[in-house]
Amino acid sequence: MLKGLIGRKIGMTQIFDEKGVAYAVTLIEAGPCFVTQVRLPEKEGYSAVQLGYGESNPKRLTQGQVGHLKANELPPLRFLREFRAKDHGLKVGDKVSVSDAFAVGERVDVVGISKGKGFAGGVKRYHFHGMNATHGTSDRNRAPGSRGSGTTPGRVYKGARGAGHMGVDRVTAQNIKVVMVDPERNLIAINGAVPGGKGSLVMIKESRKQ
Amino acid sequence: MADLIKAVEAQDNENIPQLAAGDTVSVHVKIKEGDRERIQEFKGLVIRLRNSGNNASVTVRRMASNGIGVERTFLLRSPRVDKIVVERHGKVRRAQLYYMRSRTGKSARIKERFS
Repeated sequence: MLKGLIGRKIGMTQIFDEKGVAYAVTLIEAGPCFVTQVRLPEKEGYSAVQLGYGESNPKRLTQGQVGHLKANELPPLRFLREFRAKDHGLKVGDKVSVSDAFAVGERVDVVGISKGKGFAGGVKRYHFHGMNATHGTSDRNRAPGSRGSGTTPGRVYKGARGAGHMGVDRVTAQNIKVVMVDPERNLIAINGAVPGGKGSLVMIKESRKQ
Repeated sequence: MADLIKAVEAQDNENIPQLAAGDTVSVHVKIKEGDRERIQEFKGLVIRLRNSGNNASVTVRRMASNGIGVERTFLLRSPRVDKIVVERHGKVRRAQLYYMRSRTGKSARIKERFS
């Protein structure tokens, strides 16, 4: 079976297991997803499954998307994402729900788009230490200090860390545990935090690091 | 989305009455020793309440021997909390009674509130 789903982050809470241990969890409304395409080594050169999630008004989709979905008599799905998988036994039009894909206790990776932080300084963006709070420092408490050498080379190397745009990156939270699966509400609870804001799109995959 | 979070969270424990800062309570906690389960009581003053769904908690302070204060925080929806009994309502003007930490003896008394 395919270990992968597309979902929407709901928010965080705390849930208890039967022993009374509390887990901080992120709730994700995952699936149900439709298989919109199966990629084959003979045709595309690799094996993968394309899943679709989120029914929407067909007017909001591009004509390319509408045609792709209509060819297989699928509903208008807003989000299409690909998951690498071999021997999944799925065909186009199949429905994948949470309980099919994941079970309690499994380890997963969750991919999301991190929250935007705007133009951020080096202290926030790269954990620079900043400067002294006292000993005569004035107005330079969060300054980066030197970014390079002196007369040779006489410039700052490309890629040197510094202030700049932070967030809105694709981030993967790796190897985190599934604490609860609720097939009725299509919910999955994952131990700890997950990148992105509430309501943002996330991909749940099988962990690469188990 | 808030409804989905609520649907997953545990129900309110029916054996926990309405609590308020300043109450003297006795918290009955289930404790597992090997395969035997017993109930331990923790009696003291409620110095803080937090209401937040499954994260709701209460901090109870009591004086142990030698005048050393002991505080325990209980998650109100935890299955380990069996019940809470309110023994006395206190008359207090604050929501958080952190000032009780610096008080001992006579000054650590709280007047009873009758309702």
